[in-house]
Amino acid sequence: MELELRGITKRFPGVVANDDVNLTIRTGEVLALVGENGAGKSTLMNILYGLYHADEGDITIDGVTQRFESPGDAIAAGIGMVHQHFMLVPVFTVAENVVLGIEPTGFLGKLQRGTANRQVEEFSERYGLGLDPEAMVGDLPVGIQQRVEILKVLFREAKIVVFDEPTAVLTPQEIVEFFKIVESLKESGRGIVFITHKLKEALHVADRIAVLRRGKTVGEADPKDIDELSLAEMMVGRAVQLTVDKAPAQPGDTTLAIKDLHVIGTDGRTQVDHISLDVRAGEIVGVAGVQGNGQSELVEALTGLRMPISGTVTVAGVDITDAGPREVHDADVGHIPEDRQREGLVGAFSVAENMVLTDYHSEPFSSSYRMHWPVAYAKAEELVEQYDVRTPSIAAAAGTLSGGNQQKVIVARELSRDLKLLIASQPTRGVDVGSIEYIHAQIVKERDAGVAVLLVSTELDEVMALADRVVVMFRGRIVANLARGDTNHSEVGLYMAGAKEQEPA
Amino acid sequence: MTELSSQTDPVVAPNADRPNAFRRFVNQIDTTNAVVLPVLAFLSALIVGTVVIALSDIDQLRDGDIGGIISTIIDAYVALIQGAFLSLNGFNETLVAMTPLLLAGLAVAITFRAGLFNIGGTGQMLMGGMGAVFVGFTMSGPGIIQVPLAVLAGMTCGILYGIIPGVLKARAKVHEVISTIMLNAIAASFVLWLLKTDTFRREGRQDPISKLVNPQGRLPTLFGFLDRPELRAHLGIVIALSAAVFFWWLLERTTLGFEIRAQGANPDAARYAGMRPGHLIITSFAIAGAFAGLAGASEVLGTQGRATQSFAGSIGFDAIAVALLGRSTPIGTVLAAFLFGALQAGGQKMQVETGVPVDLVLILRALIVLFIAAPQLMRAIWRVKAEGAAAAPSFGGWGS
Repeated sequence: MELELRGITKRFPGVVANDDVNLTIRTGEVLALVGENGAGKSTLMNILYGLYHADEGDITIDGVTQRFESPGDAIAAGIGMVHQHFMLVPVFTVAENVVLGIEPTGFLGKLQRGTANRQVEEFSERYGLGLDPEAMVGDLPVGIQQRVEILKVLFREAKIVVFDEPTAVLTPQEIVEFFKIVESLKESGRGIVFITHKLKEALHVADRIAVLRRGKTVGEADPKDIDELSLAEMMVGRAVQLTVDKAPAQPGDTTLAIKDLHVIGTDGRTQVDHISLDVRAGEIVGVAGVQGNGQSELVEALTGLRMPISGTVTVAGVDITDAGPREVHDADVGHIPEDRQREGLVGAFSVAENMVLTDYHSEPFSSSYRMHWPVAYAKAEELVEQYDVRTPSIAAAAGTLSGGNQQKVIVARELSRDLKLLIASQPTRGVDVGSIEYIHAQIVKERDAGVAVLLVSTELDEVMALADRVVVMFRGRIVANLARGDTNHSEVGLYMAGAKEQEPA
Repeated sequence: MTELSSQTDPVVAPNADRPNAFRRFVNQIDTTNAVVLPVLAFLSALIVGTVVIALSDIDQLRDGDIGGIISTIIDAYVALIQGAFLSLNGFNETLVAMTPLLLAGLAVAITFRAGLFNIGGTGQMLMGGMGAVFVGFTMSGPGIIQVPLAVLAGMTCGILYGIIPGVLKARAKVHEVISTIMLNAIAASFVLWLLKTDTFRREGRQDPISKLVNPQGRLPTLFGFLDRPELRAHLGIVIALSAAVFFWWLLERTTLGFEIRAQGANPDAARYAGMRPGHLIITSFAIAGAFAGLAGASEVLGTQGRATQSFAGSIGFDAIAVALLGRSTPIGTVLAAFLFGALQAGGQKMQVETGVPVDLVLILRALIVLFIAAPQLMRAIWRVKAEGAAAAPSFGGWGS
């Protein structure tokens, strides 16, 4: 089967998300679709899956023009999609989730569980997924849940399977397993579309790589002939630097001291399990770990957004254990929050207003109860210039900027103060390559100016590139504390998966 | 929104110089969401209203008298406009009707801006009105002292009653929609009881009606110099317009206003930025209570001169429509209150002159709100292109 997208154009108000995109997908091969965030990958796949309708262009299967009104039509035509965010019912079993919507039923529509379990078991074995049809989905780890999604797609007899950023939620070891599954799907004669912005993975798994940039297909590449750097340049459209330039750290005195910190999550479970950690002035400590191992709660506790149960936190000798966000801010702690849209910015506010979001209450931006907007505007103009925020004006609503520029607004706001400690949580999530380079350089600059930096990232590459010391969190505990020079990706990966634990020193 | 942050406008001059005041003003006005949609909603309501007018004269309809129907429709709308604007008397009545709508509208708008939903305008108005009327009939002194004191009493009672749902929400997570509805019922019963006490009840009356406010304690009339007593518009409209200016100043020029807007637009970001949500919830409700209390004071001290159990009428609820139509901006709320006031004043004349029931006005109002609440529908019907992010008034959903 050969599926062809021809001349696909999709316009949204003010943007052309896809502009005359051409793409061929064949069964029996893996096509990687790479591009920066906002390049139009997801729009294109949503058109293929019948969620959007193209303004122009055709989708053909073996030369026959298709018209997908809804995902149902796409599924019927043999297209399956594994979304980045799983669409599973946690209180249903694996088998129930898989057959949902096409259940084998008997008299009066009674669900035939036995049949469902048998069918699911059979499929699972055929593709080496190793799933227990009677396991409750909510109890399964993320990597296994993803297999349930894959099985759902196979069960609907998909010939072409689209994976949207499938590795974002997986541990390095789970990623290896995932690639094995992709191989076996390919061998079974299916076509795979693998959407990603991680170039290493695209090079590793794909037979062909198609690059999207600003809604256009800018080229196809053979992974055998191209390296990561030239692929990145193709994606961004200019020369890029993938590594971070930095001199060895010159650590000074301990700035952040965390002692025996115990934090409970929103669900009432222990998320940070009696952690102790020091960060010294002039060093970057990177916290690696798979998402959901207590990193978010740790950061919330440090920044005053969540009250710890016990333990102490001091910054340059000042106790901030029970301090609120304002007091933490006033202790010269900068915080780049993990979710910029939810916490870091007010999307409806102007860039200028966001630039003073954490400092509006103090001189010179206000005195007693009155805002001094002219001062704030002048400061915002200065920061926009200095931090290279691409915005039509400081009056533009922050929500209308691209992800990278939104993040630069936050970085500018938080780094423009004199800091003792910088807590950067996922500082480059969903940010384009150009902005990543820039933000990384800024973080290193802060370090060199003697700021203690705690970097929390689920992107192992980011931690390895920036950190002078790497600690790994697993199930709320620090399972390793390693000097960057003494470790490597695969060792950290093992710690992240909980397969290994460092003896307490 | 500050005057800088026009929601959708990319036309703002580049970083070099800030646009001049006029340009900024136009930028803010000239957005599909803020102006075009309310206007379209109003037009749509008028169009659907023609059907209602046609149905109101069922005999003509049955006879198939198309010409008659059309002339009824035209007559009704002409009378509506005349009654609202085209005579001093009509304009006067528009101002009278607009005053409490504007004040109560601001009381709802301030909570919308803070991400809250104040359905308690009625209760806060009732309490404010009782406070004002009490000072109004007990004190005797020169008006220059008595009137401000009575207004202040009304405002204070409004604040005290407004704070209750704020505290309940901030301290005990009671949803403000529930608590304000309940507090309306409590206020209504409380007022009824007060009006039956000897302190409040007018001598010689069995029905719940308060003593008359002393003549020097009434809000001075606007057109008093014309010596036409039927022109009853009073200083309340000046208070209301001043309140709208205060509303603007508070939101755009103070740190508290910045916090309220941040809390309303993104409570998580507000918390991250070190703002105190509980404090902001209580303060917003206190300000809302102040506006609604003023609305009550203006009604009893100006328009009515006494309190009855129903002096607040449905104003507290109509105010929600006013705030929605005005998109919770000061200018918008003033315009929306003016429109609703005009409809009310014109509706009276329309009924007298053409026999079309005044209820048409209620239907028009309801239709406007319905259409405002369905921006997608408006866009589809009128083929307006969506521009940028919708900036509908946001308030916490159920259970937030």
